[in-house]
Amino acid sequence: MSTHSLTKAALRAEGLPRRRATNRLMELLAWLAAAVAMGFLVLIVWSVARRGWSELNLDLITKSPASGFLTTGRQGLANAFAGTLVIVLLATLMALPTGILVAVYLNEFAQRAIRDAVSIALDVLNGVPAIVIGIFVYGLFVLGHGPSAFAGSFALAVIMLPLVARSTMEVLALVPGALREASLALGVPRWRTTLSVVLPQTVGGIVTGTTLAVARAAGETAPLLFTSSVGVGTQVHWTPHHPLQSVPVAIFELSESPDPKDHARAWAAALVLLVFILLASLSARWLATRHRSRLGTSR
Amino acid sequence: MRVAGEPSITIEPTVRVETRRQPMPPRERLERIFAIEGLDALYAGKPAIKSVSMDVYRNLVTAVIGPSGCGKSTFIRCLNRMNDLIPGFTQTGTIRYHGQDICADGVDPVAVRRNIGMVFQRPNPFPKSIYDNVAWGLKVLGMKDALDDRVERALVQAALWDEVKDRLKASALSLSGGQQQRLCIARAIAVEPDVVLMDEPASALDPVATQAIEQLMHDLKREYTFVIVTHNMQQAARVADMTAFFSISRGAEGDRFGELVEYDATEKIFTAPSDRKTEDYVTGRFG
Repeated sequence: MSTHSLTKAALRAEGLPRRRATNRLMELLAWLAAAVAMGFLVLIVWSVARRGWSELNLDLITKSPASGFLTTGRQGLANAFAGTLVIVLLATLMALPTGILVAVYLNEFAQRAIRDAVSIALDVLNGVPAIVIGIFVYGLFVLGHGPSAFAGSFALAVIMLPLVARSTMEVLALVPGALREASLALGVPRWRTTLSVVLPQTVGGIVTGTTLAVARAAGETAPLLFTSSVGVGTQVHWTPHHPLQSVPVAIFELSESPDPKDHARAWAAALVLLVFILLASLSARWLATRHRSRLGTSR
Repeated sequence: MRVAGEPSITIEPTVRVETRRQPMPPRERLERIFAIEGLDALYAGKPAIKSVSMDVYRNLVTAVIGPSGCGKSTFIRCLNRMNDLIPGFTQTGTIRYHGQDICADGVDPVAVRRNIGMVFQRPNPFPKSIYDNVAWGLKVLGMKDALDDRVERALVQAALWDEVKDRLKASALSLSGGQQQRLCIARAIAVEPDVVLMDEPASALDPVATQAIEQLMHDLKREYTFVIVTHNMQQAARVADMTAFFSISRGAEGDRFGELVEYDATEKIFTAPSDRKTEDYVTGRFG
């Protein structure tokens, strides 16, 4: 109720100082939470950089590790970087189309009961520990066929699938129904409406979701330990039917080495992986913004 | 001459019927586009409209009026099977379009909508350029010959060409609300449908844009048949040849549903309605 009074006393009577204090307190708490989140990231990057700095050089990604015991000269992890590239690329090729199709089916065509059931299944799959997926793929492919980068990719694709599908579903749900109706009212079939009207609206969200999934997959160790870590060799290979070394597995193995230089190399590899994920996120964001402005939604 | 001191306010009748309207030919001579019989529409088993029977005639503007919640939109969306997309929607009764039941087995709803286009309450242009908004439907439906001419003709018909001809490549979302709605009309008529359904096309627009849309309906009815839902009685009086009045009824268990009260020539509905409910509504006593 307004008292028409403009004095401070009137405001005090309404409890303004108390409300101001509450406002400041909540603002401070929110700021602290943001600072804690940022702080951990800075701490991790800093400690990784500090320990891996000495081994960070171009040889790390261009040279292969020595195969013998007595090693001389600089060594790198070229085989692991090449392997991670192949394995993650293959996993993305498997998970991205499948994930998008799953999301399109659930959001555009499925009945509500099916959509709810499969959504829950996707969430459960997302929560399955990576090592369990590793064991599953080990039983599926590795037993009988031997380890291969393909088996590793498949395991990573299983991890990526729910991430891609769920994020695509979320952006599909944001596409206004009026846009679908506009297309259907022209006498355009549903598949064509989905392909040409609905999906182009979701590219930004799909790119973001895929980036997150790639970042997650690139750092996974457990599924690869079971599928693509035995007999990887020290040379650079690009063929997915062989087992290929990967960065997380290499970091794990180096961390168990008695040589402190190996530890430093593991930190350096971790730093490169971190930077790679950062760059991937930034470029995905840039792509999504560019796409949005091309659609004319931001002027 | 006005005497000094006399207030300069002229009181307009609530509803003015267009007097320039050409007399309608007798109904027997009109061609029936839709023959609707005993139409019930239900959402999740709850009726929204009950036993609607009426005919829609070719090259006329048919208005559907009535209070909020009387099922006007539900009704018009039945005519091109737009309600198919709503989970839990069912309908009974028949809607014949040129004699064919549009809900019969073997009828493709895509083909129904190809013949019966629709303009919606809120302008919903595609997030594409102005040109592509009109051209996209043409391309998808294989009407690619003389594409530029078709786009221009549709934009001219929708009374938008002069405003956009110098910026056809600009985003459709940069247009004003009224321009966007006329673009949606251009998009709908570019693919040359037989009927254009309009679900409150002017409810979100200012009076100038509203007038432009009413004028274009008036000009285009030689080529198309329009069915327009409106909550604006003046609009119905201005543009429609035939008017259907829907009202809300209560069922035995207190459930509410819409039904057709009266359907006649617009002039008759607004000047000499035969049903008391219609009279109450058009004179503003109710609604």
